[in-house]
Amino acid sequence: MSAGIAGRAAIVGIGQTEFSKESGRSELALATEAVMAALADAGLEPREVDGMATFLMDENPEIEVQRAIGGGELTFFSRVHYGGGAACAVVMQAALAVMGGLADVVVCYRAMNERSGRRFGTGVQGQTPRATTESAHFGWYAPFGLLTPASWVAMQAQRYLHDTGATTEDFGRVSVACRRHAATNPAAWFHGQPITLEDHQASRWIVRPLRLLDCCQESDGGVAVVVTSVERARDLRRPPAVIRAAAQGASDDQQMMTSYYRPGIGDLPEMDLVARQLWKQSGLGPADVQTAVIYDHFTPFVLCQLESFGFCGRGEAKDFVKDGNIELGGGLPINTHGGQLGEAYIHGMNGVVEGVRQVRGTSPNPVAGTEHVLVTAGTGVPTSALLLGRD
Amino acid sequence: MAAVSGGAAGWGHPRPGITLDNAFFWEGLRLGELRIQRCAACRQLRHPPGPLCPGCHSTDWDFVRSEGRGTIHSFVVAEHPQVPPFEYPNVIVLVDLAEGTRLVSRLADAEPESVAIGQPVAVDFETVDDALSLHFFRRLPEE
Repeated sequence: MSAGIAGRAAIVGIGQTEFSKESGRSELALATEAVMAALADAGLEPREVDGMATFLMDENPEIEVQRAIGGGELTFFSRVHYGGGAACAVVMQAALAVMGGLADVVVCYRAMNERSGRRFGTGVQGQTPRATTESAHFGWYAPFGLLTPASWVAMQAQRYLHDTGATTEDFGRVSVACRRHAATNPAAWFHGQPITLEDHQASRWIVRPLRLLDCCQESDGGVAVVVTSVERARDLRRPPAVIRAAAQGASDDQQMMTSYYRPGIGDLPEMDLVARQLWKQSGLGPADVQTAVIYDHFTPFVLCQLESFGFCGRGEAKDFVKDGNIELGGGLPINTHGGQLGEAYIHGMNGVVEGVRQVRGTSPNPVAGTEHVLVTAGTGVPTSALLLGRD
Repeated sequence: MAAVSGGAAGWGHPRPGITLDNAFFWEGLRLGELRIQRCAACRQLRHPPGPLCPGCHSTDWDFVRSEGRGTIHSFVVAEHPQVPPFEYPNVIVLVDLAEGTRLVSRLADAEPESVAIGQPVAVDFETVDDALSLHFFRRLPEE
């Protein structure tokens, strides 16, 4: 098999709005602000954008963003389903479009008022049942009170604790690391507000075994990145973050947030599948990664992902996260922007931007000697990930 | 109780989306039966149901009536947000049925601290209204 997608395209521009609980402007305003910022960062004009990729769940159609920014003709536009599982897949789609000669400059974006508008944490509350496949799917859960993302994840988290001997303190160590990193990131909602493990253990139950401090925020904000070929990237103003690998994954008996019917439910086979592809495409392995952005809507799946990518053995994440190993100065600092627990929940797109900053050396919490950064997308759903590196 | 946005007020009891693939299951609950879809060709049981057998690809299916006995594969205790009409804390279980399939249900009469993976459970039924009945489980004495 050829090298395929590896090393063919790069992220050349990043942009974001402020992260808040009430943006005071429309989602389209957030999207265009982020896109314009990313283009300015890349030194490209809106008329040069000929491709766009976003989440199926994003409420800002590509053509509306294109009109608003005074963009030109679009020859590629694409959406990716499954919530935050799209976060890295949109970049993968952009890279494929560039590789395939379908577009030169592809913008990926995600913008939402999911705190001041419709709150994401409410899950399927208030949704009217319909005779559709996805409505039937959530019908196996909602009538019994399993209504929210926290509740769907908690079912797998409980089993993970049982299977591995991990404790809720191990969940807490993820939260402590993210909040420590957010504390020194001026863009983070929880800037200047680190927490202790005791704070985590004292926070109230949301859905046992998940406490408040196991759950990410709900945020208003927008994030965008610009993708082009590595050849063109070398002529632009920023050091390119080369896409060393990019992959999606949906595994056996995959469900959206409720993959409860596999023999074991305390792991993430879809992320195992993504990991295998990343290592194969790039020829790299976990030892080649200096820092990682691990999707953190809820802490338990961070532990599972560390296992999926082979940073530690199956069931051993509880040992891996001890003694500050996932914090700055540790073996694998994760979520150096503060993650979605600490910076903001922009469906994982803010994590892609932090991955680029680490490659450039412009992170608020730079990890010295970074050659390769892993970025992962939403968990509990069909997902995706990226491996970014220096040119 | 914290305010819940998203239009929960007046929602009533959450209802399933009914399709031609799953209507038999919800009809069974109204008759006091816990039904499991079965491939008419290879006899494999499957839940959640679907239009064809993932094993042999037959589109012919019927269903069996579960004995309603099983064990807790996992569980959660929902505490927040507190959404009507549910009572909190709400213990929600993932049950391994004796027949081999798995399903999500509610566990009645359960102090959250006393619930554990592996405990034996048995099904019962409750009527929400004329159009909807639900299954729920109670724990059995451990053998």
